[in-house]
Amino acid sequence: MTPAVGHSVPRKDGLPKTTGAARYVDDLRFPGMLYGRTIRSTLPRGRIRSVHLDFDPAGFTVVDHRDIPGPRCNFVALIEDDQPFLASDRVNHLAEPILLLAHEDRERLMEARVHVEYEPEEPVLDPERSTTVFKEIRIRKGDVDAAMAGADLVLEGTYRTGHQEHVYIETNGVIAVPENGGITLYGSLQCPYYVHKALRALLQLPENRVRVVQTETGGGFGGKEEYPNILAGHAALLARKSGRPVKMVYDRTEDMLATTKRHPSVIRHRTGVTRDGRLVAMEIDVLMDGGAYVTLSPVVLSRGCIHAAGPYRCDHVRIDGRAVMTHTPPNGAFRGFGAPQTQFAMEVHMDRVAEALAIDPVTLREINALRPGDTSATGQTMGADCSAREALRAAVERSDYRRKRLEYAGTNRGIGLSLFFHGSGFTGSGEVYLASRATLEATESGVRIRVASVEMGQGTRTMHAQIVADALGIPYEQVEVVQPDTAQVPDSGPTVASRTCMVVGKILQRCAEEMRERLGDLTPGEYVRQHGPLEITRQFEKPEEISWDDTEYRGDAYAAYGWGCDVAEVELDPVTYEVRPLHLTVVHEIGKAIHPAMVRGQIEGGSAQGVGWALNEHVVMRGGGMVNPTLTDYTIPTTLDTPRMEVVVLENPTGYGPFGAKGVGEMPIDGPAPAVVNAIRHLGLDVREIPAVPEILMEAACASR
Amino acid sequence: MRTALSALELREPRTLDEALGMLREDGPLVPIAGCTDVFVALHFGTQPARRFLDLWGLDELRGIEAQGGVLRIGALATHTDLLRSEAVRERLPMLAAAAREIGGVQIQNRGTLAGNIANGSPAGDTLPVLAVAEATVVLQSADGERRVPFGELYTGYRQTVIRPDELITAVEIPPVEGRQWFRKVGTRAAQAISKVVIAAVRGPRPRVALGSVAPTVVRLPATEAVLATGGSIEEAQEALATEIRPVDDVRSTAEYRLRVAANLLRQWWEETG
Amino acid sequence: MRFTLNGTETEVRAHPLKRLLDVLREECGLTGTKEGCGEGECGACTVLVDGSPVVSCLVPFAQVRGAAVVTIEGLGGDHPLQRAFAHHSGAQCGICTPGMILAAVALGPNPPLEEIRVGLAGNLCRCTGYEAIYRAVRDA
Repeated sequence: MTPAVGHSVPRKDGLPKTTGAARYVDDLRFPGMLYGRTIRSTLPRGRIRSVHLDFDPAGFTVVDHRDIPGPRCNFVALIEDDQPFLASDRVNHLAEPILLLAHEDRERLMEARVHVEYEPEEPVLDPERSTTVFKEIRIRKGDVDAAMAGADLVLEGTYRTGHQEHVYIETNGVIAVPENGGITLYGSLQCPYYVHKALRALLQLPENRVRVVQTETGGGFGGKEEYPNILAGHAALLARKSGRPVKMVYDRTEDMLATTKRHPSVIRHRTGVTRDGRLVAMEIDVLMDGGAYVTLSPVVLSRGCIHAAGPYRCDHVRIDGRAVMTHTPPNGAFRGFGAPQTQFAMEVHMDRVAEALAIDPVTLREINALRPGDTSATGQTMGADCSAREALRAAVERSDYRRKRLEYAGTNRGIGLSLFFHGSGFTGSGEVYLASRATLEATESGVRIRVASVEMGQGTRTMHAQIVADALGIPYEQVEVVQPDTAQVPDSGPTVASRTCMVVGKILQRCAEEMRERLGDLTPGEYVRQHGPLEITRQFEKPEEISWDDTEYRGDAYAAYGWGCDVAEVELDPVTYEVRPLHLTVVHEIGKAIHPAMVRGQIEGGSAQGVGWALNEHVVMRGGGMVNPTLTDYTIPTTLDTPRMEVVVLENPTGYGPFGAKGVGEMPIDGPAPAVVNAIRHLGLDVREIPAVPEILMEAACASR
Repeated sequence: MRTALSALELREPRTLDEALGMLREDGPLVPIAGCTDVFVALHFGTQPARRFLDLWGLDELRGIEAQGGVLRIGALATHTDLLRSEAVRERLPMLAAAAREIGGVQIQNRGTLAGNIANGSPAGDTLPVLAVAEATVVLQSADGERRVPFGELYTGYRQTVIRPDELITAVEIPPVEGRQWFRKVGTRAAQAISKVVIAAVRGPRPRVALGSVAPTVVRLPATEAVLATGGSIEEAQEALATEIRPVDDVRSTAEYRLRVAANLLRQWWEETG
Repeated sequence: MRFTLNGTETEVRAHPLKRLLDVLREECGLTGTKEGCGEGECGACTVLVDGSPVVSCLVPFAQVRGAAVVTIEGLGGDHPLQRAFAHHSGAQCGICTPGMILAAVALGPNPPLEEIRVGLAGNLCRCTGYEAIYRAVRDA
């Protein structure tokens, strides 16, 4: 039997998605279903004086904060209890939900007018002026001041990154159905159990009265990690009050105005180096704009800070991070989760260091790249699977970087690179707290996987089935995967943090290995027929040697890291200041490619999203809100904006993942932006912020003359 | 869609005469054809009109033909029709170039030349071409036909001299003497709205027009005069700066538009010299 | 009103200005056609009208009277492009896939890469970076 792992077996979702048969939430209708709508604040900060319904409420279901069981329940359960499902007396950001309406007729619903009177207050919109700190992080290694004093050269720099909108092509949407004395929620979402927890807390219902079913999900990228909690709550409140199913599917503009974005950042570096290019001291200050409520900002900041010093060896490191409040819609999870911001700053800064030392950027990275036995900023000792230098060398060679670097000098073409890494799974003790579970069940025809990890394009079902098939020694086709449904699957944790393969896949592998032993010489079908049902559930087990100190931010931040190096080639049009990304060479070391074609798809897709963040995607914020909330004006890359890509996958297995696999979902977005900006630097333009839109490049071009 | 469908009304004439009669007797009606602008506005709830007149089926408005020296393009010619038309590609390659850069294939298959004119967006990509080609817009009403020089069509931001009972039936373009040049600078490489768009003709009488830099598409007579009388490109760029009024918006900045417009002028002049 | 839907003569009663997208999804029960933006930018709602790709969110129902409309359901399930998209992981989340495949159908057989890039520039995909889609179209 050919093994499934390492081969691009047919995707479980291939046929339904190419025939139109796959059912997304907006494709579902329930008898008696109403449509829901959210009335949102129209100013960034103020007290609510009054709310007046300017329509005949007959036939409408109207919900406000008073419909929530108790005041303690009007908070979206996540990290801090600060974000209300519905504003009661004040609003803290534009597009904050105040009132909910439902009606069976969408036109009547749309035409209903609600008048809200406010007492406006001065909003804080600039994170650098915010005094409300959601979270601070300090990472300390060695004696930075002493080392800095002994450096041959000290270079400083400030780097900025903008908001980024996910632009999953399917907007956020859910349907809440009142049933069994509780609520069943169907939705486009990444984390069924997050929603489950949020609904239980909101509605004060026991566990078995809330059921969450993930519908086929048209892209997530983190945008359906925490946001569905609040949307599900809204639909559930309307469904509870009306006693009927309620569908809420945002249109694109509402989705862009109201839902989360990537945290903007301001990152300051002060770096001491020796004349021959050794990093001796790094001082890094990370500021992230959290928006109006805490949501996931503390953990985004945490991952950002842990990755802030890049994949480099340095004995003296000081990292200070802050996530602060502004009166803007909360920023949230987005592929990479803080690491793309901090590694953008690190990698652009590295090219400036190289420039200051008159050392080639590759050589500077060669000298400083982490290697096995080195320690990271948190003091974690790198294992044998640390592949920073291998990734760098492969990318330099494959892209012919050195030759092109010389050849392009003085032309309108530039070439630049970035070296990066990405921790797989939750940070620090996160996986221990999650205590994820996975279940494997023998059936008449094979086995069935029950996990809460969702398919949202990345290939979860297929990849999990491959792992189980090989661990169990049965054909891939005999493994089925149930749709995540909290009534059917255990809590395997959220589908985030590049953990679905390495962490959940590993638990499944253990389930399969145990089942293999229980089956003896029988097939699963024979076993079921002879002995009856067989179901095996296993929970995450922390590897003993991994340890993390959450107060000091010391230790093993992640069980394993992926390593990457991107080389971007760009062309500048001196007439229009447009930079066209021509080609991207992407080298990723990910332990083991379970499904090579899907891995390549993740890398290419994440890289394209990274190029968009670098060059095209500009969230224009004015007065606390996005003023270009359309796909016409928020311009993600089309075929003609996306560079051709060459992907090279390296495999240096980790013992912590199934078949040696590490995470792959997020890392691709860490590299493109700094590689592109470094290529722009090669053109002679000093750019330190993204998106590097032509308007910014024009300023840089004028300054360089 | 944020506009209530049940409040909308559509009249569906079978002939041009019927359409003109409906406009006269039963107006006001907003004519629709490819709907690539009107339906976007209906989607966003920003289209105030509730009554529409469907021209899509009026095949008599669809043809493209060369009549003697004049290229006559029917109002309903789509962007795809334009870029596939041999007559357009031969006589007015800058129009084919503009059509090729509008939206994606799906929009090119539906959007029409007359729709681009009637919509009157200063960012309309075909408009600078029509301006420098010195096109004539043929308008028809129940009373008959009148011809308006393209340069006299717009009176302000999305304002035209077209009366509510008139339809654009065709655009006529006289022979264009000289080398044609077109360039769109959009918000991305495809599916983009222009931040600056330029059409120009390098001939005995240099002509240049710009879009997205003023409330309407603009010809640049002073700039043209500098070039026609042998002035330097720097002098022409200075003249250009006095002839446009770019603004900051969500897509770009006034400063960028001004500088890039001047750069484009130079690029055109150098490439066609 | 009569038109041909996926090869079958069909009669549907609906408001003449109803978006073709909504007629297909709501009146005809064909939910394979997706709405991604409603503003004609993303191409997820692409269908073929008389063989040409159009965005069905910007087409009033009245304008397909007598026309032949093909949706993803009309390709059957064994069209070479459908097989190639499944095989090459050209469909990831799948929401852009029906529109992408129909836009690719309009390119005809064996299109060169540059024609693919131009012909699919009106279809946004956020998952693939388009490379797997090129592989699928070239292999179909």
